[in-house]
Amino acid sequence: MPMTTENFEPKIIAFMCNWCSYRAADLAGTARIKYAPNVRIIRVMCSGRIDPTFVLAALAQGADGVMLTGCHPGECHYVNQNYKALRRYAMLQHTLQQLGLEPERLRLIWASAAEGQQLAEAVDRLVEDIRRLGPLRWPANWQEDGQRLKALAAIEKEHAEASEVPR
Amino acid sequence: MTQAKAKGKLALYWAASCGGCEIAVLGIDAKILDVAEAFNIVFWPCATDGKVRDVEQLPDGGIDLCLFNGGIRTSEQEYMAQLLRRKSRLLVAFGSCAQEGCIPGLANLSNRQEVFDTVYRAAGPTFAENPAEVRPQQHTEVPEGTLHLPMFYDTLRTLDQTVEVDYCLPGCPPEAENIWAAIVAILEGKLPPRGAVLGLNTTVCDECPRKRNEKKIKKFYRTWQVIPDAETCLLEQGLLCCGIATRAGCKALCPQVNSPCIGCHGANDAVQDYGARLMSALASVIDSEDPQEIGQIIAEGIPDPVGSFYRFSLAKSLLRRSKREPTQRNGA
Repeated sequence: MPMTTENFEPKIIAFMCNWCSYRAADLAGTARIKYAPNVRIIRVMCSGRIDPTFVLAALAQGADGVMLTGCHPGECHYVNQNYKALRRYAMLQHTLQQLGLEPERLRLIWASAAEGQQLAEAVDRLVEDIRRLGPLRWPANWQEDGQRLKALAAIEKEHAEASEVPR
Repeated sequence: MTQAKAKGKLALYWAASCGGCEIAVLGIDAKILDVAEAFNIVFWPCATDGKVRDVEQLPDGGIDLCLFNGGIRTSEQEYMAQLLRRKSRLLVAFGSCAQEGCIPGLANLSNRQEVFDTVYRAAGPTFAENPAEVRPQQHTEVPEGTLHLPMFYDTLRTLDQTVEVDYCLPGCPPEAENIWAAIVAILEGKLPPRGAVLGLNTTVCDECPRKRNEKKIKKFYRTWQVIPDAETCLLEQGLLCCGIATRAGCKALCPQVNSPCIGCHGANDAVQDYGARLMSALASVIDSEDPQEIGQIIAEGIPDPVGSFYRFSLAKSLLRRSKREPTQRNGA
């Protein structure tokens, strides 16, 4: 059941490793598998390249969710760097939870180059989960322009009043 | 003797801070006399008498140097930041609060209502004097007129999230010799391009004398759980030493007394988010490939990730604060 009356289309950024998971996405494409178009893919050479900064920057710039994908554990093209992705993902979830972010908004998915169908399904599931959660709009968390600007403008006037010599 | 040079005008201001930066300036000891020779202090609420009105009446750019410490969390502090920016030729974000929010920035895990409820409710710190649980009001009518209090923001901002800042002096507080070096650089005009941090650009590890081997961490320890050996890298011993992600400049004072670095010098240049870099580095050295075990190592060893990774830099981080409910985020 949609939570809002407007049609909310989640914006999800996916960081996909070049070898397995990006090829899975490629396969989904060449096999003409239909799946939700809400994911913007950014290819990295290895999931171990994913810096938590990427995830935080995506969220801070308005993404509703972030997806990380890589080769299955044991199958990393660079031997074992996907374990770094796994540990960074764990650190991120632990931290983001304390900041109030729903854990469903950050997802780590392993996909081999042959798993185009599975990756497409995982994307569809993520999009629906985030559609249910609603838009994130993280920058709105720190905006307080309404009363703040009024209070600021009032200060000059208050200073002028305070400087007046009482009658 | 050479003719007396015209003295420059110096201002120091404190916003949301603890006052330690004010004291740190005095940490330069006898050199304060050199400062007094080179500058007339036109505004320093902590230490000298002065009126904001006098600052308001100075010409724009009339203050040569303003050392501004503290984060911005009230409308008065924002007003003063804007005023001192207009009136100062050089505005320096002095210390961690102004640069990245520091400890006051941790209030970004909360909001005005919660803060006020905690302080002013019947069981709070002001209980004895405030049994009626009065909350601060921005405008109060009294027979003599209207009393004004500034607006208290939900979110603390850094100085450079509020106005343009010329230079930054990192540290909580900045070390006395770095303060002096910055003042000398300013007086001699030997400054890096505007916007730079006045400090080194390597990490605390560079200055730390401890021996480093390979880091393979199976468990993080809290500082009270172990007495570390004095020679080996603290991180290797499982203590959460933030030196790996923290700007150098302090000569690794804390690790040298068995205390893990907590990151008061902030991030290095080109780092967008201090905590992200720290998380990334720690994830690289955790010695486990099992999701369950990894989860346990992190949950047990780092019970307060925001406090550990963003102790000083939450306000400056990419996410800046915790999530507020949609009803609270009405642009108020």
